[in-house]
Amino acid sequence: MSRRFVLLIAIAVLALGVYEGFHRFGRHKAVTAASGLPAAPQFFATDINGGSVNTSDYKGKVVLVNFWAAWCGPCAEEVPQFIALQKKYQDQGLQVVGVSVEDDPEVLLRFYRKYQMNYPVVPGDLKIADAFGGVLGLPTTFLIGRDSRIHGKHTGATDFSVIEREVVALLHAPQS
Amino acid sequence: MNPGSTSTFLLRLSLLTALLTAMVIASAQSPAKPANTANDVPAASQIQPEELVQAMKSGSAQKPVVLYVGPKAFYTQAHVPGAEFIGPVARPEGMEKLRARAASLSKDGPVVIYCGCCPWDHCPNIRPAFAELKKMGFTRVRVLYLANSFGVNWADKGFPVAKGE
Repeated sequence: MSRRFVLLIAIAVLALGVYEGFHRFGRHKAVTAASGLPAAPQFFATDINGGSVNTSDYKGKVVLVNFWAAWCGPCAEEVPQFIALQKKYQDQGLQVVGVSVEDDPEVLLRFYRKYQMNYPVVPGDLKIADAFGGVLGLPTTFLIGRDSRIHGKHTGATDFSVIEREVVALLHAPQS
Repeated sequence: MNPGSTSTFLLRLSLLTALLTAMVIASAQSPAKPANTANDVPAASQIQPEELVQAMKSGSAQKPVVLYVGPKAFYTQAHVPGAEFIGPVARPEGMEKLRARAASLSKDGPVVIYCGCCPWDHCPNIRPAFAELKKMGFTRVRVLYLANSFGVNWADKGFPVAKGE
């Protein structure tokens, strides 16, 4: 009886180990297999406050580019989480950039101020979308590593803990 | 059953009841699906991508008029071949354009509208476009079901696309 119990515990521990190992490997896979990843496009734009956004200024940082719109429900719901992410990890080298798609400029500015967004938002254009290989739905988020390569793409409303995990992994990824 | 085991049983029963009550309350308080979205479109009025591709290949009588009611930025990058650009119907100018175009169509003919700007249950354009066409008397209007977006559920699946304005 007790031997069977010990066996069951051993199987459970083994299964848990396999599960964790699989997930940890999966989590770091995007970071370690950087060589085959596409280079992140560089773009220069004027943000909605009149400031300049030049992505080459973010070289060496982890950059999260979020295509969104104030008129898009799930996009708007994500914004407070991006604000929190920027605040939490900016000292470790994270830079969030919002690219707005077909927003009314006044509505966008009101939204920006209402939510006290702490990262630059640029009005999007086809050139930027094309540079990222096309953006055919919102929200769409790209994760760029310190190596200036695209490590991840999320389309639609995404479990934010997944995005945060990937951001942390990229922030801690060894420099090549 | 001795008094000790009875009280243990009652304790477990009350804990289980409390747990089930909490689950019921939590499910009742979970966010409702957004109102006034594509969720309001009945399943019978939806068309799946594969079906639309087949319908587009059919003879002229059955070939639907396809109207795109989302943002131009997405249409220019990729759209259903032959689809006409209307624009976001959630905005007054888009709605006006839809009414104007619909006025020249046969109300008995097949019409398919689609957007795919956002996840289906959050799309601001589908529901008003569908409701307007029904109000105008269209009897064969259907909505292309794109669960996540045009990119994920059409372009990435390899269905045909056209580019440009």
